[in-house]
Amino acid sequence: MCRIGAVKSKKPIYPSTALRLMLPQQEGHDNSGFAMVMQDLSGVFSLYKDKPLLSMACTKQGARLVEDYMSAQNFVKMAEWLPVPDKKKGLDIQNMPYYIFRNYDYPEHYDDEDSREALLLDTRLALRKILTESGQGYVYSFWPDVLTLKEIGDPRDIATYFRLWDDNGTLLAKNIIVQCRQNTNYKIVRYAAHPFFLQGYTLCANGENTFYTKNKEFQKNLHRGYIGFESDSQNFLYTLHYVLHELKWSIPYYKHVITPLPFAEIENRPDKEILLSIRQSLAHLEINGPNTIIAGLPDGKMMTCCDSKKLRPVVVGGDDNIIAISSEVCGINEILPDRNMERDIYPNEREVVVINNNLEVTRWKQ
Amino acid sequence: METIRVQDISANDLPWKIEYNAERCTMCGSCVASCTFKAIKVDVQRKSMTFSQENQPEPVHIQKSIPVIKQIAEINNACRGCGMCERVCPNNAIRAVRNPDNRRNLLFNRPIKRGGRTNLNAQRTLDKIIVGRISQMTDPSLDAQRHTFDIRSPLGRILSPKELPFAISDGKLVANKKIPPVRWIYPLIFSDMSIGALSTRAWEAVALAAAYLNEKCGLPVRMSSGEGGMPVPLMESEYLKYFIIQIASGHFGWNRIIKSMPKMKVDPAGILIKIGQGAKPGDGGLLQAEKVAPHVQAIRGVPKATLSSPPNHQGLYSIEESVQKMHLSLNAAFGFRIPVAIKCAASSTSVSVYNNLLRDPYKICGGFFIDGIQGGTGAANEISLDHTGHPIVSKIRDCYLAAVEQGSQGQIPLYGGGGIGLTGNAAADAFKMICLGANGVFCGKILIQLLGCVGNEQGRCNACNTGKCPTGICTQNPRLVKRLDVDRGAQRIVDYVLAFDAEFRKLMAPIGNSSLPVGRSDALVSTDKAIAEKLGIQYVC
Repeated sequence: MCRIGAVKSKKPIYPSTALRLMLPQQEGHDNSGFAMVMQDLSGVFSLYKDKPLLSMACTKQGARLVEDYMSAQNFVKMAEWLPVPDKKKGLDIQNMPYYIFRNYDYPEHYDDEDSREALLLDTRLALRKILTESGQGYVYSFWPDVLTLKEIGDPRDIATYFRLWDDNGTLLAKNIIVQCRQNTNYKIVRYAAHPFFLQGYTLCANGENTFYTKNKEFQKNLHRGYIGFESDSQNFLYTLHYVLHELKWSIPYYKHVITPLPFAEIENRPDKEILLSIRQSLAHLEINGPNTIIAGLPDGKMMTCCDSKKLRPVVVGGDDNIIAISSEVCGINEILPDRNMERDIYPNEREVVVINNNLEVTRWKQ
Repeated sequence: METIRVQDISANDLPWKIEYNAERCTMCGSCVASCTFKAIKVDVQRKSMTFSQENQPEPVHIQKSIPVIKQIAEINNACRGCGMCERVCPNNAIRAVRNPDNRRNLLFNRPIKRGGRTNLNAQRTLDKIIVGRISQMTDPSLDAQRHTFDIRSPLGRILSPKELPFAISDGKLVANKKIPPVRWIYPLIFSDMSIGALSTRAWEAVALAAAYLNEKCGLPVRMSSGEGGMPVPLMESEYLKYFIIQIASGHFGWNRIIKSMPKMKVDPAGILIKIGQGAKPGDGGLLQAEKVAPHVQAIRGVPKATLSSPPNHQGLYSIEESVQKMHLSLNAAFGFRIPVAIKCAASSTSVSVYNNLLRDPYKICGGFFIDGIQGGTGAANEISLDHTGHPIVSKIRDCYLAAVEQGSQGQIPLYGGGGIGLTGNAAADAFKMICLGANGVFCGKILIQLLGCVGNEQGRCNACNTGKCPTGICTQNPRLVKRLDVDRGAQRIVDYVLAFDAEFRKLMAPIGNSSLPVGRSDALVSTDKAIAEKLGIQYVC
């Protein structure tokens, strides 16, 4: 079982907080990787929050290919942060030669939000294609105010390598979604490590989506950004994106899509016509199997919900300044030992928990 | 010695021979009385006997005439192997035995018509498929007894998510236009067997079972009427909602249906337009004159004659016509409140048909029923039964994958039939079909087998067309019909469907699914490489 976590804070926090959330949960588990998506950044990226930030890992040639492509597309390089790794011996990390985090300015004539969103996605997809075909690297996200870091190895060592333990003022964010394990079911591929990211939506999932084939076959035709499918958890992200971004429905309907109510319960609902229509038309996006989802939304909100039988754990706990979502409570105890534990939330199978930017928690049953 | 006349028919030419033991026979005559085919008769046989009654051997030779039961060596009276004689014989003195050396096909001087299923293509693809993806450690299996399972399938046209006429008001979705009607029903549909093909009592038994399963067991099983109308009191009752009314090319029974419409208290579950059936693809329905009894004449509004429905719906010269004329008019007739689905024989062209339906601009087809070669029939030419048609398993898969290719899976629910439950285990068959992409299945033959039909795919009985059904199921002869106990028959079907439901859960639980795994081909593996390759599932050995 993967352990997943997220920290949302009023003040920017370091990735070390997210690591401390995760490490107590690593017992009995293979420590095979580290992946995080940071949103609402501070530190080195504070000045360029409105400019898309490219997060990638590549070879020298890969970096050149990307640079060529970006300049051909008239993107203007604004700022860049290249981590200076701690290359001490004995670290368990399968590092790539280069890690590039670079802000660009939009090319001319991309003034409205829709065309920018489309451009950023298409650019990331094009870069991914270039890097995959040449075997020269990986691109994880290209979006304003979002940074993604993924690597294979022991999370502690990966953090050492990137100097994440130093809390040195470079990387900070108000929202961090994190996972400390590589894909274990299939081949170890960097793209298979959650959190996954698409157009402002970040998601990681802990579990097994037994409707993977159904989901994948349906999603392939829904949107050009629904690609990869290296992990069955990508399905959750694509459905989240589809429901909220494409259909423009509100969050409660996401839960109705992935874990629809049983027919007997729908029958007694005042909105049964809507719920039945959703269950019908989005039947192939239903998930089955044990799962917990943690997601970050473009506006900074965070949410969590579970499968319809509550087969995987999750707990939400925090105080006025910081709230964490975690697979296991030991992680939250590590970073927030003094919080009022009686206010911890253990969401049930029908519940959705949403945390807004003021750290107000809303929870409801679907 | 008499000249041997080799052109004469002998019992050895017939598919079944009567094995008779004169010593055991009590001459009660039950076997002769029970044989609806008049395949046996009481005859007198000369017997040569030598015996001695003295202390010393003093053989006496006599010639004696004794009554015996004898098989009639006539094609028209050929034994069908139904076994009624054996069933009634108190002394086990008689039984029918399969005759592998028979010359039946050569001796019929006209095209053979019969009922039942194909006897030639009874191969079982589904038995070479195993539910092989078991939830083990990566995810938990569910508990078939304790967890809840949503075993429901849609019947009706389903819009793609982007076509849903939803507006958002205060963050809540509201429908601002009508959504096509969809019924969520049990994934096992009682297939269309008409009043006429079935005896009224047999039809009643199936209908009773359907109603009982709904009313008492909470399983929304739907039954298709078949092309032969429905009893008026039923159409005017609350129970109509459990029935899918069929319209086929002969439109039999529709006079009464239309007249009943103003009096219907509830809507039927759906309308099924029958274009063709798997057992006799390309043919219309066939009810031979022997079965067109007075009540069948009354329901259908016809004289006593062989009723051959045309191979096509008159006036429909293309699929676009079909959609525009039949689908629209039937939808309109019921105020666009009930799903209208279509049933075709499986064919190499099924994918094209499905594509056409998926792309119809009216979004009006509420289900695509595909009937495979192993489907049953009350009457068909044997040559059609055995030599025409298309297996259903790969056809369902092809149609599903065609929809997947264009992102329209699920928009027109797929129902597969024709051989479901052929070996008695309909739950396993249905489950595998669903994993391959069907939304549900329909079956008919197994229902009448539950009522007592003894027909099988090895040429046993298959006399549904003759009006002489020995079990009272496929005949209108009042004496024969009395052989069927309606209540016990219905109970058998109910018990079977309840077992089906329990077994279905036993298949859903280990793959960890609480709702139907439609299209979950990853749950299946095959021990046959060719099948695995064709269906796109894992080959295992």
